[in-house]
Amino acid sequence: MGVEPAVPATVQEVVNWARKNSIWPVTFGLACCALEMMVASSATYDISRFGAEVFRPSPRQTDLMIVAGTLTKKMAPVLRRIYEQMPEPKWVIAYGACACSGGIFQSYNVVQGVDQIVPVDVYVPGCPPRPEGLLKAIIELQKKIAVEPAGQRSLVSLPWGNNG
Amino acid sequence: MDSRSAGNLLKEKFPEAVAGIEEFRGEITVTVEAQKLFAVMTFLKQSDDLSYDMLIDLAGVDFPAQKLRFTISYLLHSMKFNNRLRIKTMTAPGVDVDSVCALWRAADWMERETAEMFGITFKNHPNPKHILLVDDFVGYPLRKDYDVKGPNFDRPFQVSLEE
Repeated sequence: MGVEPAVPATVQEVVNWARKNSIWPVTFGLACCALEMMVASSATYDISRFGAEVFRPSPRQTDLMIVAGTLTKKMAPVLRRIYEQMPEPKWVIAYGACACSGGIFQSYNVVQGVDQIVPVDVYVPGCPPRPEGLLKAIIELQKKIAVEPAGQRSLVSLPWGNNG
Repeated sequence: MDSRSAGNLLKEKFPEAVAGIEEFRGEITVTVEAQKLFAVMTFLKQSDDLSYDMLIDLAGVDFPAQKLRFTISYLLHSMKFNNRLRIKTMTAPGVDVDSVCALWRAADWMERETAEMFGITFKNHPNPKHILLVDDFVGYPLRKDYDVKGPNFDRPFQVSLEE
């Protein structure tokens, strides 16, 4: 126990602090859960308290994908393509029962969980989850980002990628 | 001309094609032999007395117990006379039905959906691809004997970004 240092100790901590307080989500709503996501950005719930209010229409400017709704097999390649278009570092929230596990749609045309298509950081159950659920997920994601170790993700993101 | 007279006119004009006319609460349903379907439809659209110039809906139905297990139902609307007429035709797996895309452009997507969901082939369709299902989908989900989960339910779904 002790007094928290006023200035973070390492570069990694500074970078994590900056990242966790300005998570820009991509505008990506698949079904009814998307309405709860929109409400989360309204004045009542105010997602901007967590620095995540800037819903970008282009995945190239985003850090977070909130998969809000049912992912059909027809849509799955589109989801994957948008995810690939996002620059590193990037995170994914599976928002709602359908995104987590397929939900009520145990059917030939629905992907049974978006984690078959993209890696998921936070799962939010509910049908649909309330906007508070999304805020909680963002807080959990912020905690996760805050303790990301050095070297897990590159510190800079180059337009042509970091792999050469 | 109202839809009741339209049904009677069809019976007069195509006695061997019209299998029956039903009326339910003022709605007229004419059952037509699949082989003669295109001729009947052409007449319905192009005749000045009928002028069914709008295709409202086109859908398939599966009755597995029947010999001709698929029913295709066409709902036509006449803008000129403001009435609607339902045409039904029966078919079986492997028996083609003429596409009506040449008469009504609206039939394009609806026939594609009916084709992929039931496995009915529409002859002379301009673009016979899947519309709602993924391209490599196997099976016909709206047939009554199809298991709703499909054959690969508990296997991970793979996507490929290759065009």
